[in-house]
Amino acid sequence: MFQFILKRLGLAILVAFTVSFISFSLLFLAGDPAAALAGETASGEDVEALRELYGFDRPMLVQYGDWLFSAMRGDFGESYYFKLPVASLIFDRLSVTMTLGVCGIAFALLTAVPLGVLAAIRPNSLIDRFALFLSVAGQALPSFWFGLILIVVFSIKLGWLPPSGTATWRHFIMPTIVLGYYAMPAIMRLTRAGMLEVLSSDYIRTARAKGAPEMRVMFKHALRNAIIPVVSLAAVQMGFMLGGSIVVESIFALHGAGYLAWESIGRNDLPTVQALILIFAMFYIVFTFLSDVLNAWLDPRMRSS
Amino acid sequence: MTDATTDPLLAEITGPTPGQLLRRRIFGHQGLLIGGFVVALLVLVAVFAPLLAPHDPYAQSLMARMKPPVFLGGSWDHPLGTDHLGRDYLSRLIYGARVSLLIGLVTAVISGLIGTTMGVCAGYFGGRVDAVVTFLINVRLAMPVVLVALAVVAILGGSLTVMISVLGLLLWDRFAVVLRAATRQVREREYVAAAQAIGASTPRILLAEIMPNIINNLIVVVTLEMAHAILLEAALSFLGLGVQPPTPSWGLMVSEGKNMMLFEPWLVLIPGAVLFVLVLGINLMGDGLRDVAAPENRS
Repeated sequence: MFQFILKRLGLAILVAFTVSFISFSLLFLAGDPAAALAGETASGEDVEALRELYGFDRPMLVQYGDWLFSAMRGDFGESYYFKLPVASLIFDRLSVTMTLGVCGIAFALLTAVPLGVLAAIRPNSLIDRFALFLSVAGQALPSFWFGLILIVVFSIKLGWLPPSGTATWRHFIMPTIVLGYYAMPAIMRLTRAGMLEVLSSDYIRTARAKGAPEMRVMFKHALRNAIIPVVSLAAVQMGFMLGGSIVVESIFALHGAGYLAWESIGRNDLPTVQALILIFAMFYIVFTFLSDVLNAWLDPRMRSS
Repeated sequence: MTDATTDPLLAEITGPTPGQLLRRRIFGHQGLLIGGFVVALLVLVAVFAPLLAPHDPYAQSLMARMKPPVFLGGSWDHPLGTDHLGRDYLSRLIYGARVSLLIGLVTAVISGLIGTTMGVCAGYFGGRVDAVVTFLINVRLAMPVVLVALAVVAILGGSLTVMISVLGLLLWDRFAVVLRAATRQVREREYVAAAQAIGASTPRILLAEIMPNIINNLIVVVTLEMAHAILLEAALSFLGLGVQPPTPSWGLMVSEGKNMMLFEPWLVLIPGAVLFVLVLGINLMGDGLRDVAAPENRS
């Protein structure tokens, strides 16, 4: 077990460094970052001054090392637009995104797991078909369009929920549904498939044969085993969702990290964009690492792979 | 010579031919038929866009702005109304199918080539090659796709070529994951060992022995990734950092209609609904193909 964790940790760190290098090199995709920063009207002297100010005249690897070393101490440089430290900008906005992510995954799990279990207990029943319909529709639904429809119906026509902002918990209802529905289909399909497999196994037959009540068989014996892969999928989805919250945050004007990313990209604020890509990637890496460890702890067969 | 399809007695003895079984599975699968019909219809619409569109999708008319669709009291001259610049909505929708399908198709081809090569090599050779590919898959999965795509498009400019290249270079992960697993299974089969034993070259084994046996998986991933690419393009265009105006993209049309959503919700509803139907059709077709190609794996 210890060896497994060590191996996964090493891989996670290696991935993190590679991602950090890629997100740093995005800056150089534009060619000359100093010219991009100065704008089209700037004179050659202005561009030179900026180049020296931000240290763009140094070799790229030196700049990367410098950036990485600062980043590891929590210093992501200064935002071109806000003229504030990037780290504090992002830190202020992260709580909204985290709240949204946690609510979203909770919504997804609370709807997907019961539906998946019910669908597996009665395959091809009405509830199974309904669950299948929800998951097929969810995979095809453009989240930005879904969000706009919710706004039209629940904010404009019915006036029940506020269309944008973060002032109260009611502001988070629609964004949670949109973001959660994005993660729901995969979780539901996995729950259903896992339950179907477990329900046909020998130990379930044994449990039934010895006369255990059906509810006890379902929850104590079946769901406990079927839920293991679902937990790790949820952790991975959580990492995806934080990165994907950019669309949802922009529709509902939630001023979280995703919204900041959208604004910063529009404003060519590259230090902020780089830092955000790195931070979202870190979230994903941490969540997948935790899910790997959790999996290995719950299911010893996973440790060998 | 009598063949099994014409002679009832012979057919009874030999049972249905593999071709008949396949046809039966295809035509007995509702999802596949519906999905295939939707996709075929929209492909035809995209191909024959110039013949089908009643107006020029770029022609603006300040006199005919925001005309409602027929079912909301509009005229048949503009069956789905006009947008805020007086452009015919139906014509823009028809040309929008070209953008979506082109991006979906080319992206799936590019990412498919990258991902398949990586996945097949990792699965067949194992060892260090596998370790490197697994590492690259991990790196790719850790990158937030929407954010990276948005940033790159913002830096390089939002043309169709940039969009397709960015998405093609980002969406290869599922190809690599699925085909790596499939190749690992096929590698252990006797016919691969037999090919190795008679001294077939590695490229020959990969193309003639491995590929035909994993092509089912490949086709399914192609459809899923097409759908994925189409949704991503629409989302990026919606955020203003994808396909640029005046090109008719469904995501862009939703974004343009958003400001008038309060009074004219159909401006948002129509392009989004078409996008939903196309992606739904592609997904149904993909799921159906998986069921038909590998009925034993149905869950």
